[in-house]
Amino acid sequence: MTAQRRKGATGPSVPLTLVMTVLALYTLLPLAWLVINSTKTQSALLSSFGLWFSGDFALWDNIVQTVTYNDGVFVRWFGNTLLYVIAGAGGATILATLAGYGLAKFRFPGRRAVFAVVLGAVAVPGAALAVPTFLMFSQLGLTNTPWSIIIPSLVSPFGLYLIWVYASDAVPGELLEAARIDGAGEFRTFFLVSARLLAPGAVTVLLFTVVATWNNYFLPLIMLSDSTWYPLTVGLNSWNAQASTAGGEAIFNLVITGSLLTIVPIVIAFLFLQRFWQSGLAAGSVKE
Amino acid sequence: MTPKSPAPTAPPARPDRRRWVGWAFVAPFMAVFLLVLVAPVLYSIYLSLFREQLIGGTSFVGLENYGRALVDPKFWDSFGRVLFFLLVQVPIMLLLALAAALAIDSGRLRFAAFFRVSLFLPYAVPAVVATLMWGFIFGTRFGLIGNLNDLLHLELPAPLSHSWILAAIGNIVTWEFIGYNMLIFYSALRVIPGDLYEAAALDGAGQFRVVTDIKLPAIRGAIVIASIFSVIGSFQLFNEPNILKPLAPNAISTYFTPNMYAYNLSFAGQQFNYAAAVAIIMGIATMVIAYVVQLTGSRKEQAR
Repeated sequence: MTAQRRKGATGPSVPLTLVMTVLALYTLLPLAWLVINSTKTQSALLSSFGLWFSGDFALWDNIVQTVTYNDGVFVRWFGNTLLYVIAGAGGATILATLAGYGLAKFRFPGRRAVFAVVLGAVAVPGAALAVPTFLMFSQLGLTNTPWSIIIPSLVSPFGLYLIWVYASDAVPGELLEAARIDGAGEFRTFFLVSARLLAPGAVTVLLFTVVATWNNYFLPLIMLSDSTWYPLTVGLNSWNAQASTAGGEAIFNLVITGSLLTIVPIVIAFLFLQRFWQSGLAAGSVKE
Repeated sequence: MTPKSPAPTAPPARPDRRRWVGWAFVAPFMAVFLLVLVAPVLYSIYLSLFREQLIGGTSFVGLENYGRALVDPKFWDSFGRVLFFLLVQVPIMLLLALAAALAIDSGRLRFAAFFRVSLFLPYAVPAVVATLMWGFIFGTRFGLIGNLNDLLHLELPAPLSHSWILAAIGNIVTWEFIGYNMLIFYSALRVIPGDLYEAAALDGAGQFRVVTDIKLPAIRGAIVIASIFSVIGSFQLFNEPNILKPLAPNAISTYFTPNMYAYNLSFAGQQFNYAAAVAIIMGIATMVIAYVVQLTGSRKEQAR
């Protein structure tokens, strides 16, 4: 669909395609390695060539071992991750959509201050705040609970920014004026009219926040000391640390199969919803 | 604040109640924002001004922790490492991403949609999984490097050894974020108005001229944004070295990056006050450098 406006283009270029193939191999190779090696037993893993299948096809066996190891702790971690994603990313999307819309469509005292503070926060190194956040939460008695993961996930300054940009164009001011003249309240207008127009932007924010919470590692690492509340990322890392310790049980096949099971849902979501990524990022870069 | 006099650009006067209705939409976000972003910043500033002693409890020490950090060789070691990482890895990653975005946008690439998805896919992979995969691939036990050494009787340098570990981490970070940056550039390229290309074609401009004179200037904003995100990301480097540590215990110290240093000071050393000072210095350094990147970007714009 881009071809028609590229008048200068003179058809496909073979060298360009070859160079890009090399780059695509680079990005896909580790994923291929993961898929191939999740089909190997622990002993075949150590003795075979990394980029080809070897020994018994043990994928199913590895999956069963992964989900049953340690009384099925992996399934528990999977459930925890889902909880953090649904509550954290869902909540973050709702808060960012409301606030982005409020900033785009209303003039109110303190609006500029809100803006400056939120944009400034994007530059604050989030991970550097983890320690003071941990200390605060521990005084509030929230560490080692799901709340310590969900509450910090609820804020997405980037999501707020995207919705603000998106709402400026997607929700016409005249439409809101018309609704006001009809006597509709602001919230009624938001839920009946604006929310529908904002939906594509909100889905984009949801995708970003889902990936961020699904992949969250640092925050749960410091907030949780009890493995029952671990998300998949921290759980997998603890398995790897165990396998790498001298005398620890060698469960590299579980680390690898667990890694595969961790990325399958997010990769599927990602592929099906990819057009939203693009429209959202486009909105973000236009405004700048 | 002067509530009676409306700002010159304000919409026509409305009932007073209306003026505050925007807050109802913004307030829930701001409440959580204050709790999880503003409060920790203030709390860490407060913490950084005190010292906890075994005898005598906590005492106010002013800027002593900051002074200590500024002469701490471990802090400078970690700071120098991320600065070096930033100066090498970020340009490589952004140039590759930019080249890929231009290639996909050029209309001269077969299977452009496939390449776009393939490059972007790693962004969906959690840092933990990405690091574990690459860590195993780099490993000499059952990794590809070990395989290649056996197969071809080579002595390839071990990526997880002391001298190569930073390059190995640079590779992991590049792998994770090349597609994300590519998509930022590509999205910006896609919204360049078509008539600019038509004008260029009328002028007889070649593909190369189109790139240098139309495309690159048009996406400068996206380049600045991507650079700022990458600067922030480099200074915050934590996940990859921390996850690689069990696989490369001798190559990664507890003060490999400033963030790891602050983390280990807090959780292994219980030195919360000093760790807070280190975190704040890094926060200020990040903001200064992000600001410089932004200034450089906009100055070039004025020069044109």
